[in-house]
Amino acid sequence: MGERIFIQGNEAIGWGALNAGCDAFFGYPITPQNEATEWFAREFPRRGKVFVQSESETGSISMLFGAASAGVRCMTSTSSPGWGLMQEGMSHLAAADLPAVIALVQRGGPGAGTTRHAQTDYTSVTRGGGPGGYRNIVLAPASVQEIHDLIQLAFYLSDKYCNPVVILSDGILGQVREPVDLSPIDFGPLPEKDWALRGRDNQKDKGRRFVHSAPGLIPTKMGLEYNDWLAHAQKKQQEILSEVRYEIHHGEGAKMYLVAFGYPARSSEEAVNMARAEGIKVGLIRPVTLWPFPYRLIKEKALEGCKFLVVEDNLGQMVDDVKCGVEGKVEVHLLGILARHLRHDGGMLMPGRILEEIRRLS
Amino acid sequence: MNGETGISVREKIFGAPGLVLIPSIMSCPGCQHPTAGRIVAEVLEELGIDGKTIAVMGVGCAGGLLFGTNIDLTLPAHGRAPDAASAIKRCRPDTIVWTMQGDGDCIAIGAGPLIGALTRNEKITIIMCNNTNYGTTGGQLAPTTLMGQVTPTSPYGRNAASEGYTVHTAELVATFPGCAYSARGALTSPDNYQRTKKYINTSFQKQIDNVGLSFVEVITACPVNWHKTPVECLKWIEDELLAEFPLGEFKNVQRSK
Repeated sequence: MGERIFIQGNEAIGWGALNAGCDAFFGYPITPQNEATEWFAREFPRRGKVFVQSESETGSISMLFGAASAGVRCMTSTSSPGWGLMQEGMSHLAAADLPAVIALVQRGGPGAGTTRHAQTDYTSVTRGGGPGGYRNIVLAPASVQEIHDLIQLAFYLSDKYCNPVVILSDGILGQVREPVDLSPIDFGPLPEKDWALRGRDNQKDKGRRFVHSAPGLIPTKMGLEYNDWLAHAQKKQQEILSEVRYEIHHGEGAKMYLVAFGYPARSSEEAVNMARAEGIKVGLIRPVTLWPFPYRLIKEKALEGCKFLVVEDNLGQMVDDVKCGVEGKVEVHLLGILARHLRHDGGMLMPGRILEEIRRLS
Repeated sequence: MNGETGISVREKIFGAPGLVLIPSIMSCPGCQHPTAGRIVAEVLEELGIDGKTIAVMGVGCAGGLLFGTNIDLTLPAHGRAPDAASAIKRCRPDTIVWTMQGDGDCIAIGAGPLIGALTRNEKITIIMCNNTNYGTTGGQLAPTTLMGQVTPTSPYGRNAASEGYTVHTAELVATFPGCAYSARGALTSPDNYQRTKKYINTSFQKQIDNVGLSFVEVITACPVNWHKTPVECLKWIEDELLAEFPLGEFKNVQRSK
């Protein structure tokens, strides 16, 4: 077991990146993720690593493109309006098959919305977000420990598939303090980044490298034509489907499943515990990967006749994926942002309210 | 060898620089962007730094022509070359990192990244080809378009009330403390060619010496979008463009502070 410290979720982004061997961070101030950018500003330069405060989130993501094309493990952190600005760069990272990690500490949208927590970016993040049709690998932590651990997994998956990976946090997970075991995780070996820019003389074969985001204009290592790259992109997406990760809580004999990620998964877990104490046969499915989404698991439970209650802090986004999984076979209900305990932006999805909904549907 | 004259008839006395693997097929006849690219290739070879060079291509005619150059290359989004170049230089400080951008890429959509890189005192080199329009997309209005100049998006001529005034990038760049070198050259004569080459040489030397951001603006002819013959273009540059865009060095800082 590694050192245990008591830290904020936003700081856990930094400690996780450090354990993953991240060498460069590019960021721009935005609430509620500022503790993350400030952590990197404090901790990276004194370890000989790169920290740059960019001129905008468009700048951060374009810097990520540069550092990633040079084969450097790199990341950025932002919140929802910044995520909006990053969509151009996300699309270019995907087109160039570049590995990079983006921590998104969600706040309520749309627009400037609020500086407080929400889960209103689910659809944008899981569908790519920018133009051109691509997918981000999306990991959804539900605790400070899991932020630390999933950041490490994010770097591994990103390098393994040469694909951007998003850690989808939120204002509550970012601000909350919890004890964290700082153990590094070993995911095994990865292929060498032979494609990366180093200057021709520093390449093993002394040949030039060319990293670009124009697979329809310029030949890629996947082939000469646009469709060669698209076929590669499809194959990669299919391979990534094997990376589905989820947790089931109280699955024994469940007649109904809650589906929740991020902070509402914590409220849902408590609600399920309270319901079980009342003898209600309810469980919780917590997707850890939001893309790839655990459609097969949802379908299996639907075929067993289980109904679903999706708990998410938005007007209904992940519920579409759950509906997709059940293929019309069972009821799918939503408990969304309007069920918060307060009407102002500090309102949250509380266990008591979720329990009420479980009772109503049982 | 030719037996009668004693002269080798196949001796190459002039050709593309060794770094040019494939001549640019993107450029129109009479375009001077490839000439600017050629100068950079010559300078990189002469300074002996091509093997540790990473070029960041701008989106448009200027960046695209690097495609066939035998150096490490990357092509990020339109206007973002200074951001990507900054990150590469920070992560690999032993390499020489430079961007090749057009005026639209550099001072319209890429004005933020350019000013960001200047603000942060990035040790990169930026070569901006200025042909006063968006050549790739059909010659539309750019910040660098002259007053009164007709383009497809300023069909009645650039007018201060609606399109604003011509931007002078080399002068603007020179005002930043993070700028080590700023100059503007042209390619209208052998004399101007040699002077421009000297500017580009100095700009890379500033990066080698780690002084700060170095910038060279090169005035380039765009015959197709200017609706002029290549020779008419050179005359128009000499008569009109250079009155608006004076040639010379605007900043030359000797050593890092």
